[in-house]
Amino acid sequence: MNKISYYPGCTLSNTAKNFDLSARESMKALGWELDELPRWNCCGTVYSLASDNLINHVAPIRLLVHTQELGRDKLTTLCSMCYHTLKMSNLMVQKDRDKLEKINFFTKDKDAEYKGRVEVLHLLEILKNDIGFANIKEKISRPLKGLKLASYYGCLLTRPKAAAIDDVEMPTIMGDLINSLGAQAVYDPCLTECCGSYHTVMDQEVVADKAERIISSAIKNGAEAIVTSCPLCFFNLDERQKNILEKTGKAYDLPILYFTQLLALGLGLGPEVCKFDLHHIDPRPLLKAKSII
Amino acid sequence: MEKIGVFVCHCGLNIAGTVDVKKVAEAISGYRDVAHAEEYKYMCSDPGQNLVIKAIKEKGLTGLVVAACSPTLHETTFRKAAQRAGLNPYKVEIANIREQCSWVHDDKALATSKAIKIVRTMVEKVRGDSPLETIKVDVTKKALVIGGGISGIQAALDIANSGYPVILVERQPSIGGHMAQLSETFPTLDCSQCILTPKMVDVSKHPNITLHTYSEVEDVSGYVGNFKVRIKKKAAYVDRDKCTGCGLCSEKCPSKNNSSEFERGMAFRKAIYTPFPQAVPNKPVIDRENCTYFQTGKCGVCAKVCTVGAINYEQQDEMIEEQVGSIVIATGYEVHPVSKFAEYGYGTIPDVIDGLQFERMLSASGPTEGEVKRPSDGKTPKEVVFIQCAGSRDPEKYFPYCSKICCMYTAKHAKLYKHKVHDGQPYVFYIDIRAGGKKYEEFVQQAIEEEKVVYLRGKVSRIYRDGDKVMVCGEDTLLGKKVEIAADLVVLASAITAQTDSRELAQKLKAAVDEFGFFSEAHPKLRPVESNTGGFFLAGAAQAPKDIPEAVAQASATAAKVTALFSGKYLEHEPIVATVVEDLCSGCRICVPACPYGAREYDKEKKVARVNEVLCEGCGACVSACASGATQQNNFSDQQFYEMISTALEESNV
Repeated sequence: MNKISYYPGCTLSNTAKNFDLSARESMKALGWELDELPRWNCCGTVYSLASDNLINHVAPIRLLVHTQELGRDKLTTLCSMCYHTLKMSNLMVQKDRDKLEKINFFTKDKDAEYKGRVEVLHLLEILKNDIGFANIKEKISRPLKGLKLASYYGCLLTRPKAAAIDDVEMPTIMGDLINSLGAQAVYDPCLTECCGSYHTVMDQEVVADKAERIISSAIKNGAEAIVTSCPLCFFNLDERQKNILEKTGKAYDLPILYFTQLLALGLGLGPEVCKFDLHHIDPRPLLKAKSII
Repeated sequence: MEKIGVFVCHCGLNIAGTVDVKKVAEAISGYRDVAHAEEYKYMCSDPGQNLVIKAIKEKGLTGLVVAACSPTLHETTFRKAAQRAGLNPYKVEIANIREQCSWVHDDKALATSKAIKIVRTMVEKVRGDSPLETIKVDVTKKALVIGGGISGIQAALDIANSGYPVILVERQPSIGGHMAQLSETFPTLDCSQCILTPKMVDVSKHPNITLHTYSEVEDVSGYVGNFKVRIKKKAAYVDRDKCTGCGLCSEKCPSKNNSSEFERGMAFRKAIYTPFPQAVPNKPVIDRENCTYFQTGKCGVCAKVCTVGAINYEQQDEMIEEQVGSIVIATGYEVHPVSKFAEYGYGTIPDVIDGLQFERMLSASGPTEGEVKRPSDGKTPKEVVFIQCAGSRDPEKYFPYCSKICCMYTAKHAKLYKHKVHDGQPYVFYIDIRAGGKKYEEFVQQAIEEEKVVYLRGKVSRIYRDGDKVMVCGEDTLLGKKVEIAADLVVLASAITAQTDSRELAQKLKAAVDEFGFFSEAHPKLRPVESNTGGFFLAGAAQAPKDIPEAVAQASATAAKVTALFSGKYLEHEPIVATVVEDLCSGCRICVPACPYGAREYDKEKKVARVNEVLCEGCGACVSACASGATQQNNFSDQQFYEMISTALEESNV
């Protein structure tokens, strides 16, 4: 069993348990253990672009220190925001040793000095590079035949280029995974559009507009569901269909899925690891119609 | 014993304001071997130079130190003055007490003491200097021009008109380059073919020009004045002496679905073809890959129909050797292909084309005979989006530089489109408009004001197909709004790039290219048409993106440089070059790769390193690399430097 340090972050421990559980179980089925960090804190949520306020980077760097304490040099995570914050803060201190020294000085703990040697990876990168989509394809016991899926990357997986897990403008990593699961990836030009992000708190209408654009584009291109890797994108696309209905009277009822849920189903794991009850638009009718569950 | 004269210049107050020049002259006058010392207000002026000449003659000086400004300014001036007085010019050194002393200090006492030290070190250098003679080299008064676009054509014609023979090598079957593909040219909208084709004919008829089309430079050896060039004349399978250019072979050739390079994939050509009707020479070549005869052994229609028996399937590549004195690099540019742009669909959307394709569409001799018809269904597009800076000024993903010509040609495209489709609406996405040039700004303004082209300041983030429309999503940064246009056709002003194989050519020529593959000039301002390597000159877009007027101007400048090189009996080369003390050389060859000019070679028989004096630019890289001290540079010997350093470190008593 391969072991890799895993940082779930706050959302995956709460509202996105469907993402967390399906990932852990799928990885187990692939011979990998997602080994949760014994101590962890908030990732910092947003990567701070202020060049002179390093306090915002203390939280993500501390997580890298925890990884280092375990003697590990890799840390994986699932939420796009966690990934982005960890990756960018890590790149920043790797590039700028002065900043690293300042952060280490601030923590005032000789044993907890970050050396800058941990690599932050998104789980999709491990699936692609360490396990390989071809190997995953061989382990698929229940191909997701007949399912047409649009991959939705949002902003944080591929931007900026330094943190991108794939081509900045035309990522295909999720689509490639989908194809290896036996489903059919469809191209949707809205794949890297903004979902509205945190406006979901302040201005739900903006998010409903963005979500409608993304959802209708996916449907237009033949998708039966959207696949994502970000709990916030998931929420905005799934939950805000309620607002779209209120606003426009249109019920799109398009299921939103995490890539890990599809992976779990393909690997023959039961729907219980997918926790479909956490979805606003229930994907089960679609999956049943395709005889996947 | 040496008799050295020291001349201290005030440079007005430039030096005298901070350095006590009188004290410098006094302090140095008693120094070893100094036979004369004086100061003057402007040493570089005529009376100043006369002081120098007079002192040399009267006192029989054997060496000279001029304490003044940087040697880049007046070293030559004083060397020439010394020469006029009968002193070897390489016994003259400049002590820089301006840039390296007076300009950078405030304290007069300290600056004066430093100036004295600087002068003393240069006296030491002169003591060790040997009188040298310039190296004279014979010149082959014949030029090679690589590339037959407008730059190469202009350079070849100008050199040939000065009476020197020129060899023009073009790798395509015809000369003309990209300019031959253009429809009309900004800012006057004169027809490109009409102004270019007469020049192409001039080239082919010129008694001083030998034209090798469908040929490539294989390798170059030698040095300035004496290059040996091997040119590969690719097998065209057509005897170009017999062929009359009647075109019957192309007409009858059954292999007709080959993508035309000249039409940028928007039309087909035969397997035996001339790239365009006005080609020079107007003689076809066979594209072996797509020829039925070469692929299956059957067919041979062209040979059957040719009335003069010019088809020769047995023809082989031919190697031509030539001696030339100078080489003009005019290899032009390429356009970053649409298939490289992820956000614009990787070239999968048929109605997204590049600027050169649109030129072909606008051209009367193009695939649509000048009508604007979109590639997917041949319909006349009613809404056309032009995207500037597609790949240019985008350091994150593509190229950081500005491609320079796109603002102008996009304005031209939009105008020409309006001239052909009166009810059509052109949109232009731009970052900012760069229209520096005679009548350029007026041209763009006219497009905006009179032709009602809609200019939107912002970038396009994505293009995708929606039904038969091409959706263009972008931003109007002036309104702060997102824009979406359902267009019928999109034209990308794709980045101008260096030829994809320019680095390989540079390696063959031993000429430098920049990080993008454009050939580097010797100095960006003062030597813009010369390469760093002696004897190579640059013309046109091989050096950087350029429009036609600029390319032509540079080509003519290049020709002037080439003819200047040919005008003398000999070439003169600075004698400050590296030398090898053969007894000390172990033959380790570490100096060979250290030389950026290819001037170091290994003598296999003597088992020692050698210097090609003509190629050596005296940079000193080999001298530093040499572990045994066998390599020394004339008048820059280790001994001289030890003396200079110990003098500089002597306790000052001033």
